[in-house]
Amino acid sequence: MSDLLYSETEDELRSAVRSLLADRCDAAAVIARTESGEPHDSELWKALGTDMGLAGLLVPEALGGQGATHREAAVVLEELGRAVAPVPYLTSAVIATEVLLGCDSARPEVAELLSVLASGRSVGALALPLSTAPDAAYDVVRSEGERLHGRITGVADAAAADVLLVVADGGLYAVDTAQSTENAVVVEPQTAFDLTRPLAAVTLTGARARALHTDAAPAVRRGLLSGAGLLASEQLGLADWCLTETVRYTRERNQFNRPVGSFQALKHRLAELWLETVNARAAARNAADALAVDSAEAPLAVALAQAYCAPMAVHAAEEALQLHGGIGMTWEHPVHLYLKRAKSDSIALGTAGRHREALAELVDLRAP
Amino acid sequence: MTDAAELSLRTRELLAAHPPESTDRLDFLKARFDAGLAWVHFPEGLGGLGAPRSLQAVVDAELEAAGAPDNDPRRIGIGLGMAAPTILAYGTDEQKRRLLRPLWVGEEVWCQLFSEPGAGSDLAALGTRAVRDGDAWVVNGQKVWTSNAHNARWAILIARTDPDLPKHRGITYFVCDMTDPGVEVRPLRQITGEAEFNEVFLSDVRIPDAMRLGEIGDGWKVAQTTLMNERVAIGGMRLPREGGMIAPVAKAWRERPELRTHDLHQRLLQLWVETEVARLTGERLRQQLVAGHPGPEGSGMKLGFARLNQKVSGLEVELLGEEGLLYDDWTMRRPEIVDFVGREAGYRYLRSKGNSIEGGTSEVLLNIVAERVLGLPSEPRTDKDVAWKDLAR
Repeated sequence: MSDLLYSETEDELRSAVRSLLADRCDAAAVIARTESGEPHDSELWKALGTDMGLAGLLVPEALGGQGATHREAAVVLEELGRAVAPVPYLTSAVIATEVLLGCDSARPEVAELLSVLASGRSVGALALPLSTAPDAAYDVVRSEGERLHGRITGVADAAAADVLLVVADGGLYAVDTAQSTENAVVVEPQTAFDLTRPLAAVTLTGARARALHTDAAPAVRRGLLSGAGLLASEQLGLADWCLTETVRYTRERNQFNRPVGSFQALKHRLAELWLETVNARAAARNAADALAVDSAEAPLAVALAQAYCAPMAVHAAEEALQLHGGIGMTWEHPVHLYLKRAKSDSIALGTAGRHREALAELVDLRAP
Repeated sequence: MTDAAELSLRTRELLAAHPPESTDRLDFLKARFDAGLAWVHFPEGLGGLGAPRSLQAVVDAELEAAGAPDNDPRRIGIGLGMAAPTILAYGTDEQKRRLLRPLWVGEEVWCQLFSEPGAGSDLAALGTRAVRDGDAWVVNGQKVWTSNAHNARWAILIARTDPDLPKHRGITYFVCDMTDPGVEVRPLRQITGEAEFNEVFLSDVRIPDAMRLGEIGDGWKVAQTTLMNERVAIGGMRLPREGGMIAPVAKAWRERPELRTHDLHQRLLQLWVETEVARLTGERLRQQLVAGHPGPEGSGMKLGFARLNQKVSGLEVELLGEEGLLYDDWTMRRPEIVDFVGREAGYRYLRSKGNSIEGGTSEVLLNIVAERVLGLPSEPRTDKDVAWKDLAR
């Protein structure tokens, strides 16, 4: 049975991340940033990724990382979800890093990339649509030797990326976004539903690339599977914020001469939400632990966690909005950031329905 | 004298002195009780050794391996899970010595006379009266939902001893002798066709004051011990994957492809996910307990299981299609335990409807979560400082 608790080290990591985010990433600042030209908070990313060393959590010490596991990374994601922090942790430190860890790290080009991502000085992004599920088909880029051609849309955090990991004709390539040839790599920001995890379209026109691995599929699957499994922890943190804030608000908000939180109609909805977060925590921890110990059950644990946590986080955000009343509909109140993130997350890395289909195969409950 | 090695030694001594294969079942259980190996966390002389509760597992494992008889804890669940901890906490030495041994070995079955037709979720509103008469109390009233009343030797009973006080303060807790001529037990046939529960009518039942548990007027506080233990007993099951009600549904899905439809597939997967997640939550709760950090999550377990049992068994009846139109047996049976797996889908569907009512309705439990876990304010109360006799009913 997997270890579903938090260790002392994980609790300490949580407090450190939470207090940094409390100082550097309050809701008003996140809202203001969404309207600026710089949707990513690069200063915050430097503090988290480089100064605290979080960008390298999943990377072995020999390759310049912290040699921690998915369990610690999951705790970081809980806190980043709680703050809807606009930093490329999931995309660079989890997904791109795991794709590289799925390649041969004895090759110098792989090892070097891993260590720059682990240092937090460079940001990496897997050049696939954010909606790509771990078992989905993809192949949109073609290679001509080490020159790549193609267009990929909906790539999360591509605008912040220094290096893109591109699948072309079945192989995996690294593409630097800054290239001397004009317009070989064009990253155009798209207007994303979730303002805190920006999306971009990437167009490659004879872009120079370094071959990393001839068979990209297993490495990409590893990246997407870890991403989906740890996304459950982001969804948990997000939902936990929605619940905590809504409980606080309904205790303080008076209508009909009493706190609205004393009305049974509202209390029951909040109690239900609490039960869902308790369940989501068990599911998310189970996925993180399965990934950490590289269990044969990891695909099942990930599919289960996404099938449960994705709709749960959306429900939490929708309830938070409704129970805040009119204030919840304003731009000024941060609940909309959470709803947008939760709804986006429910499509990211495969919808709940896709993960249920994956489960159907894994546990032998096949479709008619 | 509380470590695992010592308990293991004592267990082997018990087995040597009373070999299970040649010892009468009841004699073995009595010897086990007298050796302090019945519930090791109970005090010495009362079936225990004052050891940590967690060490019971050491004893149980060793006895099971040796093929020793157990005391059939499911059959005597009310005595074991509810009466015993209450007697231990509030009983006099005399009561503990008289009652606990036959309770644990199963010679004397217990039932619980709490709920009344007019006091279910609002249990403290109960109206069964106990009036002092010399060194005894004379009890009159009606109780309901009493499982095992027809087999029981004893009952834990709460009754109103002062109607002039607000409802929570005028209640006293007793042990009632079910063989008293004033006790009449009538089977209460339910939706499933079974009579799993009873109605109990109490007419001039004389309970000696020596059979009172706790102080006069303290019955509500004493009952909290019972109720807390009741919810722990209901929510604390440990199951393997597909261990509960989802098992027969998954089996039917795999073995009978002709029953499959796309709609049922979607619903089955959804419930499979919820069941597995609920199981993980239970496991997480257990890990917290083992680590010595019990969380409030237990309050929600019963709620979750009730809902899932109802949804899963409902799906099962539908999945079975033509067979779902049939029912296995409407005979009025009198089962000693609730047997979800021994019966068919229709029974599971009907019986699980009770899961969200018995042991605290889901609505009451949601209030408990909202107020005690989330800290939301309580609803305004109109019964707080009013004498019980002046309350609307």
